[in-house]
Amino acid sequence: MKRVQFERSTVPYFFVAPQIAIIAVFFLWPAGQAIYQSFLLEDAFGISSQFVWFRNYEDTILNYAWLQSAGFTVVFSSLVTFFSLAIALLLAVKANEVLHGSSSYKTMLMWAYAVAPPVAGLMGNLMFNPFIGDLYAAMNAMGWDFNQKLDAFDAGFVVILISVWKQVSVNFIFFLSGLQGIPKGVMEAATLDCRSPTKRFWTITFPLLAPTTFFLMVINITYAFFETFGIIDTTTRGAPGGATNTLVYKVYTDGFLGADLGGSSAQSVILMLMVLALTVFQFRFIERKVHY
Amino acid sequence: MNNSFWRKLSTHGILILGTIFMSAPVWVAFMSSTHAADTLFREGLQYWFGGHFFETYNEVLFVEGGVMKKVTALEMLGNSMILGLGFAIGKVVISMSAAYAIVYFRFRLATPLFWVIFLTLLLPLEVRIVPSYEVVAGLGLLNTHTGLIVPLIASATGTFFFRQYFKSVPEELLEAARLDNAGPMRFLIDVLVPLSKTMIAAIMIIMFVVGWNQYLWPLIMTTEENSYTIVIGIKQIYQVLSEGGELPQFQKAFALTILAVLPPVLVVLVFQSWFVKGLVESEK
Amino acid sequence: MSTLTLSGINKRYDNGAHAVRGVDMEISDGELIVFVGPSGCGKSTLLRMVAGLENITEGEMKIDGVRINETSPADRDVAMVFQNYALYPHMTVFRNMAYGLSNRGMAASEIEAKVRETAAMLRIGDYLERKPAQLSGGQRQRVAMGRAIVRSPKLFLFDEPLSNLDAKLRVQMRIEIKRLQRELGVTSIYVTHDQTEAMTLADRLAVINEGKVEQMGSPMDLYSDPKTLFVASFIGSPHINLLPASFEAGQLQVGATALPGFEGLPEAVPLMLGIRPEHIAQHPEGGIEISVDLVEQLGADSLIYGAVSGFDSAEPEELCVRAGEALQLAPGERIKLNFEVDRAMVFRTDNGERLV
Ligand SMILES: Nc1ncnc2c1ncn2[C@@H]1O[C@H](COP(=O)(O)OP(=O)(O)OP(=O)(O)O)[C@@H](O)[C@H]1O
Ligand SMILES: [Mg+2]
Repeated sequence: MKRVQFERSTVPYFFVAPQIAIIAVFFLWPAGQAIYQSFLLEDAFGISSQFVWFRNYEDTILNYAWLQSAGFTVVFSSLVTFFSLAIALLLAVKANEVLHGSSSYKTMLMWAYAVAPPVAGLMGNLMFNPFIGDLYAAMNAMGWDFNQKLDAFDAGFVVILISVWKQVSVNFIFFLSGLQGIPKGVMEAATLDCRSPTKRFWTITFPLLAPTTFFLMVINITYAFFETFGIIDTTTRGAPGGATNTLVYKVYTDGFLGADLGGSSAQSVILMLMVLALTVFQFRFIERKVHY
Repeated sequence: MNNSFWRKLSTHGILILGTIFMSAPVWVAFMSSTHAADTLFREGLQYWFGGHFFETYNEVLFVEGGVMKKVTALEMLGNSMILGLGFAIGKVVISMSAAYAIVYFRFRLATPLFWVIFLTLLLPLEVRIVPSYEVVAGLGLLNTHTGLIVPLIASATGTFFFRQYFKSVPEELLEAARLDNAGPMRFLIDVLVPLSKTMIAAIMIIMFVVGWNQYLWPLIMTTEENSYTIVIGIKQIYQVLSEGGELPQFQKAFALTILAVLPPVLVVLVFQSWFVKGLVESEK
Repeated sequence: MSTLTLSGINKRYDNGAHAVRGVDMEISDGELIVFVGPSGCGKSTLLRMVAGLENITEGEMKIDGVRINETSPADRDVAMVFQNYALYPHMTVFRNMAYGLSNRGMAASEIEAKVRETAAMLRIGDYLERKPAQLSGGQRQRVAMGRAIVRSPKLFLFDEPLSNLDAKLRVQMRIEIKRLQRELGVTSIYVTHDQTEAMTLADRLAVINEGKVEQMGSPMDLYSDPKTLFVASFIGSPHINLLPASFEAGQLQVGATALPGFEGLPEAVPLMLGIRPEHIAQHPEGGIEISVDLVEQLGADSLIYGAVSGFDSAEPEELCVRAGEALQLAPGERIKLNFEVDRAMVFRTDNGERLV
């Protein structure tokens, strides 16, 4: 760390103790419990349990509902990540171009960061409400037989739309700061070398934004996996028929509402492994430098 | 010339569309919240002010048994404020002091403890919901502010941020402080904290918003209405709405939405430049 | 290959700054023109307007007689070397140099040949596969030059390309730029605020002040025959000596001293007497007396600095004399000086106009 440091034996422990204590009690212990319980099978009344090795995992992975949920999560995360990045990038590039009023645009495009996902979900829900929701009415008026309560595709559309809406502002902030970090001279050199603004974007601007884009991809996948919980819970709640059940939402419904401890724990552990994979992936790339 | 005119027009066009896309939902929610229940039910969403602003917000904010059974929006806002502030302050204090130990002291367990903190990145609340609930229940902390805030403040992000920041502080500062005979506590309070003021403020702003917007944790550990935060309260009213029976009180749902959104949005708008700085810096 | 014509060029920025005011200029084929002037005088703005990076508020710009005001930068066929090089950080040296060519639809084999040829000329052939971050400052500078040269443009534009290099490298690159420009014969504009660089590089020099071209001409013309006080004071190192003066009763009055040999100057107007340090010499009957402050020994010659007698001691006037041989003078010593009247210049202080 630092070349110069204090040399004391007890003082540093005093400084790290609070965080370590909370982590031990509220992170490590519950995580350990989750891992432990994932190997246990409880009887119907929750009175006794037995050690069953990987049975819960087998049951989980071979279960149709879980596979459906995993499939939805992958599609959902990809679409949310792609669209929220694409829209934010377009807006950031345009906001970086304008000379007049760019700060008002910036403000208008970023404030939604402060809206909580469940609140976004609730607003979206009211917009799509069959009684008063104009979006619901508009969809149907366009000849789309729209009903998010019954149709899996429509339900997916609603949660993806809301999730993208909620995430655009964060991506916008990062893209804009990435764009502002590109030296002005480099862009000017490019205008002398290349006539087409579109080609300039794809050959100069976009590659120079690669570190930002990569970092945001990780952030967005994490968001789509975990933070969209609040959106799902206030809109479709996994309906219809589990078609919009993300893996995290399923852990919650199975474990907390359904009280299937073993199964829910096994799902949790699988999720931990996914987070681990994502983190390793992220760090390897940062080491290899997506940088230039 | 002509070409650049169309380019400008399309640029502003896209930005204006983006602005509408981002603001329309909140605008509509706010406008609709100022109308009467039957207007909404008959005519659908509203795009301009109606005459029921005071009536609706008064009832939502102050009347018990109006929207929820036992709690007013004002109380829920209070709970949210406690959560937001407690989360922001707690997180800054805890992570700053841990980062301080890791960066500025030579001690044997520094590396293992750093990895323990790192481990929290792999363990978001969502993967340990049930056992975390059991721990908090076992400690008798359900429906308390402590139980709500403390488990949330220990994750690694803040610590990483302060660690990065401290590493960028010039070495000479500590050398100079030692020549002036300042001990660890003096150095922290007299040098490091004042030096990090803007960074601390930026992080606090972000953490306030993050804390205010917490959902899953308050959802599972508050079971009494008195402990609800506004974000949780919203979900409850939505459930009441969809149960039907009498005329659905959509305007109240919208009013509650606006109340839930307003404080964090104001914080972000008022402290915009700090907020952006904190956000961009903290993720490096 | 190309000529450049500027007529009545003006630039007003959106914030109201009037950076360039009515510039007329004719640059002929193969010439190297240097824009020189103090910081903020509008040199870069003018250059960037030629490149097409800034709009032209007023006036007309022509390359080879064709109006280019509305032509996009890429279509003007100009190449620019930027102060901090502006290399594409994500591309190798080869790609940096090839980028402009491939965008103009040149065949890959031809690009390859051109890039290698240019790289060899600049001695960067060994680094073609490296990224800019893996190069030294001097090497980056060469790559930036290479990127401009490889395009064989109609015009080279340089905006203080050497200011990020250390002193030694700067002199070396200066010579190299001059050599390359001669060899390639490409019309060039070079912006700098370093007057030594300007003097050594330029075929012709444009001295710019507050957005206007004060004077344009060969370096020696500008040195020996400046049209304005500004040009006289800007060109030359050490600076020209300037002494406040007035014309009274047919004599030039400098401080308490009356100097003969000047005629027909306006009376009751503040004037400025300008004498280059090498046009002053020690003389037992000289009209000007100084008390020596400091002697700088430069080896071949020496510079004597001293305060002119006859001025208020609260606002002393310094004078610099270039003396041939090393003189042994002690601080405080008084010496008498004579100057060559026909090489002295007189300016009006109010508008800078040269009278003699
Ligand atoms: N983008 C801009 N917007 C507004 N004013 C500008 C802009 N660029 C330059 N100016 C102003 O125009 C004037 C000329 O600037 P310019 O960059 O051409 O100076 P310069 O001669 O190149 O100076 P330097 O030697 O410091 O580079 C300055 O007063 C500057 O403040
Ligand atoms: Mg300049």
